[in-house]
Amino acid sequence: MIRDITLGQYYPGESWVHRLDPRIKIIVTLAYIVALFVVTDFWGLLIAVAVLGIVIAVSRVPLKFMLKGLKPIFLIILFTFVLNMFMIPGKVIAHIWILTITEEGLNTAFFMASRLVLLIIGSSLLTLTTKPISLTDGIEALLSPLKRIGVPAHELAMMMTIALRFIPTLLEETDKIMKAQQARGADFESGNIIRRAKSLIPLLVPLFISAFRIAQELAMAMEARCYRGGQHRTRMNGMKLGKRDLAAVILLIAFLAVIVLERILL
Amino acid sequence: MSIQVNNLTHIYSEGMPHQSVALEDVTFSADDGQFIGIIGHTGSGKSTLVQHLNGLLKPKSGTIVVSGTDITASGVVMRDIRRKIGLVFQYPEYQLFEETVEKDVAFGPLNLGLDEAEVSVRVREALDLVGLDYEEIHERSPFDLSGGQKRRVAIAGVIAMKPEVLILDEPTAGLDPKAHQDVLKMIETVHAHEKNIIFLVSHNMNDIARMADKILVMDSGKLVMHGTPEEVFSREEELTSMGLALPEPAQLMKLARQKGLPFDGSFLRVEDAEEALYQFLKKDSFK
Amino acid sequence: MNKMIQIEDLVFEYTRDEDQERVRAIKGVSLAIERGSFTAIIGKNGSGKSTLAKNINALLLPSSGAVYVNGYDTRKEENVWDIRQSAAMVFQNPDNQIVSSIVEDDVAFGPENLGVPPEEIRIRVDHSLEAVNMYQHRKKAPHLLSGGQKQRIAIAGAIAMRPECIVFDEPTAMLDPKGRSEVMDIIKGLHKEGITVVLITHFMEEAAEAERVVIMDQGEVALDGTPQEVFAQGDKIRAMNLDVPLAVELCHRLRKKGIGVPEDIINMEEMVEFLCQYK
Repeated sequence: MIRDITLGQYYPGESWVHRLDPRIKIIVTLAYIVALFVVTDFWGLLIAVAVLGIVIAVSRVPLKFMLKGLKPIFLIILFTFVLNMFMIPGKVIAHIWILTITEEGLNTAFFMASRLVLLIIGSSLLTLTTKPISLTDGIEALLSPLKRIGVPAHELAMMMTIALRFIPTLLEETDKIMKAQQARGADFESGNIIRRAKSLIPLLVPLFISAFRIAQELAMAMEARCYRGGQHRTRMNGMKLGKRDLAAVILLIAFLAVIVLERILL
Repeated sequence: MSIQVNNLTHIYSEGMPHQSVALEDVTFSADDGQFIGIIGHTGSGKSTLVQHLNGLLKPKSGTIVVSGTDITASGVVMRDIRRKIGLVFQYPEYQLFEETVEKDVAFGPLNLGLDEAEVSVRVREALDLVGLDYEEIHERSPFDLSGGQKRRVAIAGVIAMKPEVLILDEPTAGLDPKAHQDVLKMIETVHAHEKNIIFLVSHNMNDIARMADKILVMDSGKLVMHGTPEEVFSREEELTSMGLALPEPAQLMKLARQKGLPFDGSFLRVEDAEEALYQFLKKDSFK
Repeated sequence: MNKMIQIEDLVFEYTRDEDQERVRAIKGVSLAIERGSFTAIIGKNGSGKSTLAKNINALLLPSSGAVYVNGYDTRKEENVWDIRQSAAMVFQNPDNQIVSSIVEDDVAFGPENLGVPPEEIRIRVDHSLEAVNMYQHRKKAPHLLSGGQKQRIAIAGAIAMRPECIVFDEPTAMLDPKGRSEVMDIIKGLHKEGITVVLITHFMEEAAEAERVVIMDQGEVALDGTPQEVFAQGDKIRAMNLDVPLAVELCHRLRKKGIGVPEDIINMEEMVEFLCQYK
């Protein structure tokens, strides 16, 4: 199941989208999400879909990877749709039992669901085309102006870097402990919820201790390598903005302008 | 009691682009009270093999028959397999989780459905067998013990299940020389007491040569050699090509032989080399 | 001061978690490590050898006595970065010292912390990865590498800080024989290139490769000398629950049987050379 979540999964490639500066990609994605909520009519939505479609095509990431990201949140989308459909008052189209469907409700439900789908695909596209480590660097760079008001930008980014590094290690560790306890007759699969929850103790306690040990040893190793937080630190791969990034910004502005004009004029 | 492995084959990630054959047509058998060494470099399929013996992995084809029961057959109760076959993983101290040593060792036997009185007897016996003092240690937290002690407690947790076949995957990894020797002695004690079949997976050729009755050599998922230590270590060139070394005494004597010194034999243990050198030097010292 | 490391009457105490008792892990150790030397420190678990290593790196500070690294006093807080840059450290568990999920980014971690300019970091990273034969794996994720390869990455990370000395804290304890020999080859190579090596281990064959062997027991230096001098004291070593190399063990056994074997044989080659005299 863990495997199904596309968010955070990188699809290696060398496309135009892949090579964009991570900061630009994050800004573009955020702007796109904002734009989705500016859109209120069918034509605006069509533009948003078309633009996303073009970017996906340029990125050369197979569409099925995008759609995979939708699977885990399909229920949420459905719930939003149903809720909006029944709860919004307006011109009644149909009665089902004690519920009524209104034209406004159907309309809102359709737009909310579409926005959610586009939002997920859009952010999946960001993570699919950006190495996790570049993404972290991008977030750190974008947040760093906020350091002055006390946002620990570097620390947050370092936490993400370490999390990315140790997720595979911890998964492996989980598998090992699970097998070792199974060899001692532990049963993780049968019984009711309470029994199952209890059966997890032999797995969770060693896992927690492992994680703690890793954290301790890693902290010491980082100190030994002169880590002292974000100050004085340089980066090997400094991020540099290129022509490609400028083009992306211009295209973004054009897109936003179209969306806003469309809303005002139509 | 016996264990027969017939044509065991296992494939990782079958059907995926990165599928790989982890075990290929492995066949061997072990009889009552035998001590079997398993060697092979990392990734040769040793760990995959021992996990099959314990029922943690299911083979694609082949059978594992323990005292007449095929444990790969569908419908076999896992608890019955684990009653028969105990597996101690690498760095077993990382699986300790209970508040006291006694409770941790009791975890396995309780899972087998034994009654409390029986479990209590077994815990005492198992701690005794691994060389720990029950009275002194049973109420302590396993996390406060030394590295070597933790490992013994973890091994006791499997021994307390009284398996007919005990598999140990690199039980001495990461220990200092003293703790290393202690764990080996402990394994010999358990073997003598329980008269079970022991499988010892190890990179340490000295230990394997000294302790094993039979050796299985794994390479790229295949069982490439199967014989007594003398037979296996006489095929030095093949072992070297697989990245495996001879026991140290044999290495020394081979080096001497290459220089034209008259040493013939397998020299698997220090005592063998000592005796040959003594005979050789004795003549000359009195010349 | 011309010594790479100067340890003067070092005492290290800590409070044990279980019973809140003060434990003296190092009880007055004095030791000087020459520049460019290769010293092995051996001892069983709990002998204080790892605690000593962490004192050299200013990860732990003396309870009394002093440690000078490259002339810097570890007790002075402002020295800590110079100390860690002069004497880098490689730890036992290869997994738990790699920070980044890309090999080359991890190697860059030390120089980045030191504030080295980006172009210079690039050069250092490439050079360090080549020095440990891992350049072709530079874009990989560490969790896909073998134990020996991961440990080589950790060594590259230390080299990239351009230290004069590297302290290895049981770098091979968790590796298989192949990984162990890979790592030992790298360590010997670094020593040849002039780096001062302090190797903490419990494998005697590894210690026999050093120029000097220091044996720690119960927080004190029990033996100190060339491998020949130290291994000649086989009985003392065994009494401390340590092994001796096979050649030393055999010579000892033969001597007990009344054969006159020279005291300075410590490895197989020397043993065979000795035997050849009687051909």
